[in-house]
Amino acid sequence: MENSIRNVLMMGNEAIARGLLESGCGMATSYPGTPASEILATVLRLKREAGLPLHAQWAVNEKVAFEIAYAGAMTGLRSAVSMKQVGLNVAADPLMSAAYLGVVGGFVVISADDPGPHSSQTEQDSRLMAMMAKIPVLDPDSPAQAREMTRLAFDLSESHGVPVMLRPTTRVCHARQDLPPLPLQTGVRKPVFTRDPKRWAATPKFRLALHHELEARLARISAEPLSEPRAIASGGHRAKAVVVSGVAAAHAREIFAGLSLDGPLALYQVLQPFPLHSAFIRDLLETYDEILVIEETAAVIEMQLADRRHVRGKLNGKVPAVGELLPEHIEALLCRFAGRSAPTVSLPPAPARRPTLCAGCPHRASFFAIKKAAPRAIYTSDIGCYTLGLNLGAVDTVLCMGAAISQAAGFYHAFRDASKKPDLVATMGDSTFFHAGVPALVDAVAQGVRFTLVILDNRTTAMTGGQPTPASGGDGGNAVAVEIEPLVRGCGVKFCRLADPYELPAFIALLKEALTWSREHGPAVVIARHPCLLDRRSRAPGSPRPPATVGDACDGCGFCLNHFECPALVSDADGGRVRVDPLLCTGCGVCRHVCPKGALGIAEESP
Amino acid sequence: MTSFRRQLIISGVGGQGVLFVTRLLAEAALEKGLPVLTAETHGMAQRGGTVLSHLKLGPFDSPLIRPASADGLLVLRGENYEAHRAYLHEEGWAVVNRPDGPAALASGPVVHPVDADALAGKIGRPQAANLVLLGYALAVLGRGFFCTLGEMQTILNTRLGLAGEKLEWAVAALQAGSDRHTTTSGDA
Repeated sequence: MENSIRNVLMMGNEAIARGLLESGCGMATSYPGTPASEILATVLRLKREAGLPLHAQWAVNEKVAFEIAYAGAMTGLRSAVSMKQVGLNVAADPLMSAAYLGVVGGFVVISADDPGPHSSQTEQDSRLMAMMAKIPVLDPDSPAQAREMTRLAFDLSESHGVPVMLRPTTRVCHARQDLPPLPLQTGVRKPVFTRDPKRWAATPKFRLALHHELEARLARISAEPLSEPRAIASGGHRAKAVVVSGVAAAHAREIFAGLSLDGPLALYQVLQPFPLHSAFIRDLLETYDEILVIEETAAVIEMQLADRRHVRGKLNGKVPAVGELLPEHIEALLCRFAGRSAPTVSLPPAPARRPTLCAGCPHRASFFAIKKAAPRAIYTSDIGCYTLGLNLGAVDTVLCMGAAISQAAGFYHAFRDASKKPDLVATMGDSTFFHAGVPALVDAVAQGVRFTLVILDNRTTAMTGGQPTPASGGDGGNAVAVEIEPLVRGCGVKFCRLADPYELPAFIALLKEALTWSREHGPAVVIARHPCLLDRRSRAPGSPRPPATVGDACDGCGFCLNHFECPALVSDADGGRVRVDPLLCTGCGVCRHVCPKGALGIAEESP
Repeated sequence: MTSFRRQLIISGVGGQGVLFVTRLLAEAALEKGLPVLTAETHGMAQRGGTVLSHLKLGPFDSPLIRPASADGLLVLRGENYEAHRAYLHEEGWAVVNRPDGPAALASGPVVHPVDADALAGKIGRPQAANLVLLGYALAVLGRGFFCTLGEMQTILNTRLGLAGEKLEWAVAALQAGSDRHTTTSGDA
């Protein structure tokens, strides 16, 4: 224990987690997704380290996570659910309804957006979801403000009786800042459930009354002093106004100070983009002839400035509507708005280095086997590391969590009467299968869809940093392990087999068998089980396996480079022999079955 | 120290330890009581794609560095230099992991090439090229940097919790980079 509070380097997501626990959060749930994953991971770590009494868990998906935490808030506990923006789509159903029903204890919905996008399917703006649900949303500019706003969100939620959204972006979640760790609340409230069927089980008639109530709450929230916009720079005589929020506010403040823009321009930072404070809207439009709005990613603040005559922003093409707003973009916008010349420096495109599956990744073996067993199939795939099966030509479609199965079903039905029916192979990770694959598989069984599903079971949620799945059991903080094989059989699948893709020849043979069966009977499922190499919990003890070797039979044909694409196999020159990068090679030995010349081996086998 | 400002970019690819070097430098700055802001790349890009870290020390608001503003650039993957040199201002410097090194221009950034991969291989720790490069940067920049090799060793132990053999290897890697500068410049 340290005597005085010393600043520590805190990631934005850690700051949010601390904000939750400093506010006495009694329940926290999540499903992992970049850039939000470290929020619950930090809550779990601090709970363990400090012996905190709250309930914290990874849930099977965002909808379930939301509903668990919402019930916590119904009993008066301070509760929070965290997810990435596309996860909020999954939880949209309970969100819309919870806004009407309201809360007893403070309820914070943390939805992390990813302008760019850096690691997401869309650039969607969660603040629009808050607008649609009619709940307030807070937009932090830094780890420090994210922590303050987490506390503010609980206060607003309790004083107005509504869920409150906290919407950080990647540049807040994954920024690090020096911050003091403040004391964590070590007690939680006693849960109380007050029966009130007119609210908690409201029928449409009562929902109408609740909607009226929600509108009245929103009107009060749009005059809430705690979340009012801040005047950062007041501007000189006849100044124009700039309105910013989120990390764009941090960029703008720094640029204002550096270029002494306080004079030609006034700067306002919005903390609560929805509902925008009504007095602020009125004053802004009355005071300024020209107003520039800079926000990520949609025009949420801008569209609430109903008198459009003086407003410049995304809606009239003055601010880019797509992509991350980098500080250099904001600098150019501010300079032009202030009537100054704008800097023109820009970065050349970064070298084209596509991400790849890790050396030794069991997914690579699975994809290679799928291509061997079903070379002309339509390959539907899903969200996770295995999206990178693209590089092996074994992924044709990626839509959203769980869609690999339903899209395969859609292709099956589309081609049902075609003279040539394509083989259909769906790939989906274990965590994704639990998340959204199960209902799709039940439907495929019920409809007799003839396809093969390969569940890429690496025993973890790998892409987001190795969070547990329901199959993780006690090690993942669960009470019981839910195994995939009986679940698949329980969905009604008659062909379900388990194999290790590292045993490549046997695995290819099994896939062929599954395809043959599925062409006649319906869904066949192969569970490709091999633990993720990045998962420390499953790392085998003992000395590492020796790296692969390249024998004299290698003629530099490039087959392994093009069709197996292991980062540990490299070629220095075109047509030159392949060599093994001993630093990257994990000694998995799968490549010895890949080389058509038999030139690749593992050390024990070579003389 | 309140007027002290430094903006550094660390560039590489997934798996090279870009985030580790960023964290180490950020902790060293924190030890000196400097305000720190960093921005990192996570998620899919980490699977072997380009990874870029921004590190800002001193009174800043934004976590990102604008082009033509960075004081220094640490490049763990030589090819990244051409793309990321635009972050440097006119008097900036770059330490680049590359045996030959990019040609220095008459004006513009000062470039210090070092074959960190080879040096790391020589000490039997090929995965420690990131720390070799950092050790070289500390030596070649001397007072131009904000901390010393000795301070870095302390941080590895006290703030990053490295101990025993792991700490010895990390220190050896920093030292190997530092020694490389000493032997080539002869100013030890």
